[in-house]
Amino acid sequence: MSKATLQRRPLVKQLLDGADDNLLVIAGLGSSNWDITAAGDRPLNMPLWGSMGAPVGMGLGLALAQPTKRVLVITGDGDMLMSLGSLATVATQMPENLAIVVLDNEKFGETGNQATHTSPRNNGPTDSGAGTDLAMIARGCGIADATTVRESSEVAELVKDVRTKKGPVFRLVKVMVEKLEFVMPPQDGAHLKDRFRQALLGHP
Amino acid sequence: MTAAPTQPDWRDQIFEVFQDHDVKQVYHVPDAGHGRLIEACQKSNSIRTLALTTEEEGIPLAAGAWLGGQRSVLLMQSSGVGNTINLMGMPKTLRFPFLTLITMRGDWGEFNSWQYPMGQGTPKVLEAMGVLLYSVDNAAEVKATVDAAARSAFNGGQAVAVLLRQKLIGIKNFGKK
Repeated sequence: MSKATLQRRPLVKQLLDGADDNLLVIAGLGSSNWDITAAGDRPLNMPLWGSMGAPVGMGLGLALAQPTKRVLVITGDGDMLMSLGSLATVATQMPENLAIVVLDNEKFGETGNQATHTSPRNNGPTDSGAGTDLAMIARGCGIADATTVRESSEVAELVKDVRTKKGPVFRLVKVMVEKLEFVMPPQDGAHLKDRFRQALLGHP
Repeated sequence: MTAAPTQPDWRDQIFEVFQDHDVKQVYHVPDAGHGRLIEACQKSNSIRTLALTTEEEGIPLAAGAWLGGQRSVLLMQSSGVGNTINLMGMPKTLRFPFLTLITMRGDWGEFNSWQYPMGQGTPKVLEAMGVLLYSVDNAAEVKATVDAAARSAFNGGQAVAVLLRQKLIGIKNFGKK
């Protein structure tokens, strides 16, 4: 398999370009949090600073509560690996307004870029994984529209699918391993929750 | 001879409490103790019922539902509580109302030794995570207890667990509705 060439920061910026009150965004802890914040912090972003394994469930609960809004979950391969069952739970509900984007750099970024299970086999003594295919797992869980994006030529369609296509949409995006600046949103969870509800519901 | 007044089934009363408090999403794993309540929720037009692959999923679902303006309840068994503990920190961190009803095992005349460690550990680990505990072992007090728990959660903004004790559920009833 060729090396990933897509860069997560500009990709996420494109995914969130022109985000209005109709787009509700949840990002997993670590890199995905910094990515959505680099694209522009906004009240309808819910960036997690912990709770690994939570984003897909949060996205599902939110999508069911707000069926007229678009809900976008952006997270990493390590986070997704921790909650594979949540994809099966999404499939039991088939929310048409939910899109899940997994930015797969095949590394646990927050702990020092150790290989995740999505890393290839036989990749040396410290960097080998299992070649785990998260898009195939999503399909196996019952999310039929689950594909992998590797090339910059596919990004325009990715953005369109994630923002508008009938869901649930699952996109595995193979991205480069990069050392990027931490762009941090507010950390207080209660504040993040309250500003989100204020923007969405008109009260905290 | 006059007929004794019939006490409504406590699981039906819990369903009434859910409706009184405008609960919109109910999460569960298969559970005999909660079975009748789960079926009532599944048949309801006003409640969305989600089967989980593990109890842990229920916490972020509840967080997402609350972000979107809906109230939810997680139904689980004491053996599932251990699966939730890290994410059980979310209600505290995000400060959102959280209500869970827990059917207890390893509690009152339990025959299965495998149920005791988590059953006996359940109140302690929930307390350690800052969850407010209510406990009920008498059918006549279930409705008032769950209602008080729902008030503490949804009005008082707390994370609350109601322990439905094994004495209430009755060990002989497992496998039946």
